[in-house]
Amino acid sequence: MSLNVEWQRRDYSRVPYWLYHDTDLYNHEQKLIFRGTTWSYLCLEAEIPEVGDFKTTWVGDTPILINRNKDGKIHAVVNRCAHRGAAVCRHAQGNTKVHTCIYHRWSYDLTGNLIGIPFQRGIQGMGGMDDDFDKADHGLRKLRVACYQGIIFGSFSEDSEDLEDYLGPMMQGHITRLFCKPIKILGYQRQRIHGNWKLYLENLRDTYHASLLHEFLVTFGLDRATQKGGVEMDERHRHNLTYAHASSDNDSDAKEAYGGHEINSDKLKLLDPSLLEFRQEYTDDRNLAISTMFPNASFQQLNNSLATRQIQPKGVNAFDLIWTYFGYTDDDTDMTNHRLRQLNLFGPGGLVSMEDAEAIEIAHKASFSEERDSSTVIEVGGKGEISDRAYRVNDVPIRGFWSYYAELMGIEPDGAFR
Amino acid sequence: MIEVEKRFAIEDLYSAYGSCLDNDKLEEWLDLFVEKCVYKITPKQNVTLGLPVTLMLCENKNMLRDRIVSLRQANEYSIHTDKHLISNVCIKAEVDANIMMVEANYALFQTDNEGNGSLYSFGTYIDEVFFNKNVPKFLSKTVIVENWSIPHMLSTPI
Ligand SMILES: [Fe+2]
Repeated sequence: MSLNVEWQRRDYSRVPYWLYHDTDLYNHEQKLIFRGTTWSYLCLEAEIPEVGDFKTTWVGDTPILINRNKDGKIHAVVNRCAHRGAAVCRHAQGNTKVHTCIYHRWSYDLTGNLIGIPFQRGIQGMGGMDDDFDKADHGLRKLRVACYQGIIFGSFSEDSEDLEDYLGPMMQGHITRLFCKPIKILGYQRQRIHGNWKLYLENLRDTYHASLLHEFLVTFGLDRATQKGGVEMDERHRHNLTYAHASSDNDSDAKEAYGGHEINSDKLKLLDPSLLEFRQEYTDDRNLAISTMFPNASFQQLNNSLATRQIQPKGVNAFDLIWTYFGYTDDDTDMTNHRLRQLNLFGPGGLVSMEDAEAIEIAHKASFSEERDSSTVIEVGGKGEISDRAYRVNDVPIRGFWSYYAELMGIEPDGAFR
Repeated sequence: MIEVEKRFAIEDLYSAYGSCLDNDKLEEWLDLFVEKCVYKITPKQNVTLGLPVTLMLCENKNMLRDRIVSLRQANEYSIHTDKHLISNVCIKAEVDANIMMVEANYALFQTDNEGNGSLYSFGTYIDEVFFNKNVPKFLSKTVIVENWSIPHMLSTPI
């Protein structure tokens, strides 16, 4: 089947609703995006520090097994037995010398090579495989793996550009800032959101919604659209960074800008303000820096809460969102406790993030039955050119997302913006 | 030997706890905690891995009050009603004359705005109950969520 999308506009300021709900399209996404020429976030090196450590995850809806081999090198393979297609490794994480499928006990080394088949020569010459069966042809499918500042990425394609080029200077800069020191994992949160995965990728690129939907930010003066900040993208506009500088506005600016929308910060103060304390850790004074990498991850700092988010599509109608929190190995107990306290702000129950799940679910639900010619409106911050903005009220990076999406899917309109 | 009055008082505390949450009496729910309380919701996965990340962490009653004020005034979340089933309330130890370690199981069902119900969360409460005279309140409450991939989102307390 070839895809046919009738874009109303070549700058992606209109996106048809059916793109969030179509099963054929979803299957193409798996092939052309997740198993295509992109690089996906797999996990952090700090999660598998020792030889033999492994972790399982998903790229799109493909099961992935990540191993640290004897030489310390990291290998990622499709976690699907070459024999009957069963998951070879059934654990979330652990340590092992060899991975053995429970079904017929085929076993694989940490690079994914098939090393053992029970009864390959049969029993006393009876049964077994023909002589021409070569184990070398039946390993687990290997991904290209590359690490950047302790983050492990994988790609299904030999043709994809090098990881560093894929990230570009903008993402490299943000990752280098966030991973400026050795990290320690503090733990995980996980949630299943009943909406299309692309709605979340858009949400992460939508600075317009942040201080409107997440009223906590404004109510308690943590983050406002009137703060100095903006959005940056890589050259291809597939990744983005939203940032803001601490204490760069005041209450009267904010009151004016929000117009009819009430600012509660005069009457509402946290009884325990330690939740909002910002301790500057980097050379700049940004208290918010959240980058989003196409197609499956986000790397975030809000005040001193540090995390990665990973998006795992579960069919057209749902995705899993995994939050991995970390600190630095040189954090003292007080700093670790400070980070743990601030993660009240994030995750499935985060004071400034719980709304995203609800917004995505109601958007998914209500747009489900729309006609093919019915579209969402994406033009805050203007139409046309897709470019960085030095102000916060905009959703331009959403159009960047769609421009790269359309390119990979082979559905760009004539004269498409990129 | 734990006095029978204390046992009944603890049972009443858990009943009141579930009933406050199920009837949207979040401010009354706060009254079930002492001032120096700790309330946290922890995914089972992190307990297993020995990692400290929680889903909600209130280190004193003011943080708990802030949570409730935020829910009332600043957060948007799924429209739902709760139904807690709390069972197997078990006094594990008497720390001293006033403090007891108590555990219980919970199941929390949620109903959406169209009347559809589902099992939202289940797990264990691991608590410290403090007796002031004969009135028990929570000194600490740790909710360990067994189904640690949270459906939809987490808003009102468990
Ligand atoms: Fe958001």
